[in-house]
Amino acid sequence: MNWYAIKAIYHFEMARTRRTLMQSIFAPVISTSLYFVVFGAAIGGRIQQVDGVSYGAFIVPGLIMLSLLTNSISNASFGIYFPKFTGTIYELLSAPVSMIEVVMGYVGAAASKSLILGAIILATAGLFVPLEIAHPFIMLFFLVLTAVSFSLFGFIIGVWADNFEKLQLIPLLIVTPLVFLGGSFYSANMLSPFWQTVTMFNPVLYLVSGFRWSFYEIADVSIGVSLAMILLFLASCMAVVWWIFKTGYHIKN
Amino acid sequence: MQTIVSIRNLSKTYAGGFQALKKVSLDIQRGEIIALLGPNGAGKTTLISIICGIVNPSEGEVLVDGKDIIKDFRATRSLIGLVPQELTTESFETVFGTVSFSRGLFGKAPNPAYIEKILKDLSLWDKRDNRIRTLSGGMKRRLLIAKALSHEPSILFLDEPTAGVDVELRKDMWKVVSALRESGVTIILTTHYIEEAEAIADRIGVMTKGELILVEDKAALMHKLGKKQLILDLKHKLETLPATLNEHDLHVSGDGLQLTYTYDTQGERTGITTLLDDLRREGIGFRDLQTKQSSLEEIFVKLVEESR
Repeated sequence: MNWYAIKAIYHFEMARTRRTLMQSIFAPVISTSLYFVVFGAAIGGRIQQVDGVSYGAFIVPGLIMLSLLTNSISNASFGIYFPKFTGTIYELLSAPVSMIEVVMGYVGAAASKSLILGAIILATAGLFVPLEIAHPFIMLFFLVLTAVSFSLFGFIIGVWADNFEKLQLIPLLIVTPLVFLGGSFYSANMLSPFWQTVTMFNPVLYLVSGFRWSFYEIADVSIGVSLAMILLFLASCMAVVWWIFKTGYHIKN
Repeated sequence: MQTIVSIRNLSKTYAGGFQALKKVSLDIQRGEIIALLGPNGAGKTTLISIICGIVNPSEGEVLVDGKDIIKDFRATRSLIGLVPQELTTESFETVFGTVSFSRGLFGKAPNPAYIEKILKDLSLWDKRDNRIRTLSGGMKRRLLIAKALSHEPSILFLDEPTAGVDVELRKDMWKVVSALRESGVTIILTTHYIEEAEAIADRIGVMTKGELILVEDKAALMHKLGKKQLILDLKHKLETLPATLNEHDLHVSGDGLQLTYTYDTQGERTGITTLLDDLRREGIGFRDLQTKQSSLEEIFVKLVEESR
């Protein structure tokens, strides 16, 4: 294992975050704070409790997931797309590094950044609503698993994209709608039976539900199903990444 | 000499069907400088890219220090440094940071003293804390060399290192390359410039249309490519060439107003003085004269024709 290479990629990516603190950290924190103000304070005051939890507190796990998913994807996709765009990827391809090491470096850094962001948003949420975390270790486990899985997904998008429009296409047109319609701001039980059934096809629902369970022990689906779904997503992303490196898809030819 | 890179029947066909390499075979000796000459699209960059692991070959085999570049990619790539053709660098990283990154990527423990030495050798030490985007084109070119040398490679690929570089910097670059060779590094460079190959290479390979059409020692090849022409614009039309001028390799143009003399620059004497004396003796005056060396493109065409 080329540990020096993993470390080099990881530090390089983290240094990029330090250079762009406004974009990487402050912007997501400000937008999440706005969600709290609008949904938690302005609208939330008019909504009754959801399953015994105040609406402001109810949306905290969903908001963290929203930031975690979108930032994991954008961090990892940009991380691998930018060397392709500038041409500096030649160095990565000519180095004695394997697939696993490249992924560990890029995905590790993207997931780390998302986790830092998640922690900041959690702390920010504490300023607006009283927080309680029933199962902190399961919460952390979900957080890490989701950050890693969606960073892998972002890595795949970054490899697939051959222009900046494509880089934004899936996050904006697919991921964001799925997150908003995946129970981030509401419980699936609040929907009519038809839309409840439709929502069950949204994979993000399982993430938000499991993550929310770790806070308040309330969920739209069982914690086991949530875990199985995220593990399935993780395995699918790993399989695609393995195929990309095996074939050199959009990288080596 | 010992072979350090062995290429056998290497071919590459891209997804669109373009065949960039056609069964190329070449042995590169340890410690030599070999220059690959060829026009655009000849396959030089594809050849280098395959050896370095950037492009997958379609068929064939490459051994570096006796090891297969695919099966033993860690061992082979650790030995190789690559300076790409384009000035592909990060913009916001510092000079010292990016060279350290390259060293780490190639699996070497941090060694600030060694990086300091490289940067000093390449006159970049003063710029070590500068962001890359503030560097000039020449400095960026040297930075790419520093990055390629950061992991102490024993083989260095330079893909058109002096393309778009001014004459002074080109000569500086040649000095750097020669110094590297002195330190035992094997160097493979691609170039459009004959004079570059002449200045620094031990052997020269000529590529065109994906084929390596010849590989020769520099001295032998320069002798072949060293033909030059003296063109004289005559004052009066020349109907026939006087017999006394037959000993010179002369050609009269169709309109009889231009005389072309082909000579060998590598020869002991060019014969120009004798020719001009003979012309004066025959009363053949000229208004103007110029010399012309065959362009590389023309030489390639000739070589390709000869190889068929």
